[in-house]
Amino acid sequence: MQRRRAQTASDNGNMQLYEDAAIVLRTHKLGEADRIITLLGREYGKIRAVAKGVRKPTSKFGGRLEPFMVVNAQFRHGRSLDIVAGAETLRAYSDPISRDYNRYTAGNTIVETADILTNADRGNDHYTLLLGALGSLARGDHTPELVRGSYILRALTIAGWQPIFDRCVRCGRTEPISHVAIALGGAVCDDCAVPGTPKVEAETLALLQALLLGDWSVADTSTSFARAESASIIAAYLQFVLERRISSITVGNQA
Amino acid sequence: MYEGVIQTLIDELGRFPGIGPKSAQRIAFFVVQDAKYDPSTLAGLLATIRETIHYCITCGNLTENEQCSICSDPRRDHSTICVVEEAKDVAAIERTREYDGVYHVLGGVINPMNGVGPEQLNLKTLIKRLGDETVTEVILATNSTVEGEATSSYLSRMIQPIGVTVTRLASGLPVGADLEYADEITLGRAFSGRRNVE
Repeated sequence: MQRRRAQTASDNGNMQLYEDAAIVLRTHKLGEADRIITLLGREYGKIRAVAKGVRKPTSKFGGRLEPFMVVNAQFRHGRSLDIVAGAETLRAYSDPISRDYNRYTAGNTIVETADILTNADRGNDHYTLLLGALGSLARGDHTPELVRGSYILRALTIAGWQPIFDRCVRCGRTEPISHVAIALGGAVCDDCAVPGTPKVEAETLALLQALLLGDWSVADTSTSFARAESASIIAAYLQFVLERRISSITVGNQA
Repeated sequence: MYEGVIQTLIDELGRFPGIGPKSAQRIAFFVVQDAKYDPSTLAGLLATIRETIHYCITCGNLTENEQCSICSDPRRDHSTICVVEEAKDVAAIERTREYDGVYHVLGGVINPMNGVGPEQLNLKTLIKRLGDETVTEVILATNSTVEGEATSSYLSRMIQPIGVTVTRLASGLPVGADLEYADEITLGRAFSGRRNVE
């Protein structure tokens, strides 16, 4: 689908320049010194553009087009891919995230999820959520695994796959619920749970609900057991919904 | 489109990185038309290079022997190991003539989105080398990218408990560049890494 270009003050006649605040999701090497940059723009959604000469030490972009950076970028319409014409830093999140390995692996899952989800869904809700998640990760407000879990649940909610953890997804009863059925999209009560449905602790369900709502007072005081159990449920649900393996989750488990 | 073997040659040349269809066509015509050029040397090298070149058993650098010339050189300082991403980084550092230690080539960087984690890197031999008490310093010389920094932070976390000094290459303003064009991260690092003027 051809991206519609809003007529803004930055549009420049035949040069087809457009400008957007955007978060760098990932980069791929191209040729000798270029990179293809994948960004999530506030207005334009997913943008893929070539940054020429960005791998040279004297590049005008410097570190501005590294993953996790938030930039105000100008793009020029190209034949197949757009060209990055300029970029200025809005939030320099790449440095604090990459210098801490746990933040880095969590950040990779966050941007990989954003990259996949925004293929089908555009709009600035994803941008706002991603900006908040990376900011929290960079500042170290909460442990990286909690930020990652909360981001995934809320991004899936925006995309229309909201899981339910505070009541049974089949009958709606609020108790007793002590199982999670990934394929049904959340918690199930003891009566609705079919044999073989994994049982989970009440504290894990409470943490999952807190992460879904962004209730950090509950999330920050959760036990390590609840964190580990909720992380595996979130990863399983994400990969079930997306019908694909998330590479960064597999690699994150190696550490 | 050309007929027969010339098109096959163009297609094969076009599979090399950085060689597009036009460049491939130019090279193919040069080989065919320039009578002074003898392609047998290149053809011979291409045919045997994979059997000739392999990885150094100590550092992972490319070599024709079991051990590369740097690892087998007794004049090098074997107490300092410089960790780099690729074999071509060894050549770049050697060109500076500033470093006389030895190297360790990781064979990549940790890139979770591309499925590359610590287990896919050449780390087992590095840990084995650090077990030898002669090593006193490890210099982390991965690229100054997000992936390079993250790999450095992982290695630092892994090596420091062993008791070996871990250092990271300095980063800052490139020589010959104007300060006003430096991005915020580069300039920030240049400030945090400033040193006394001797």
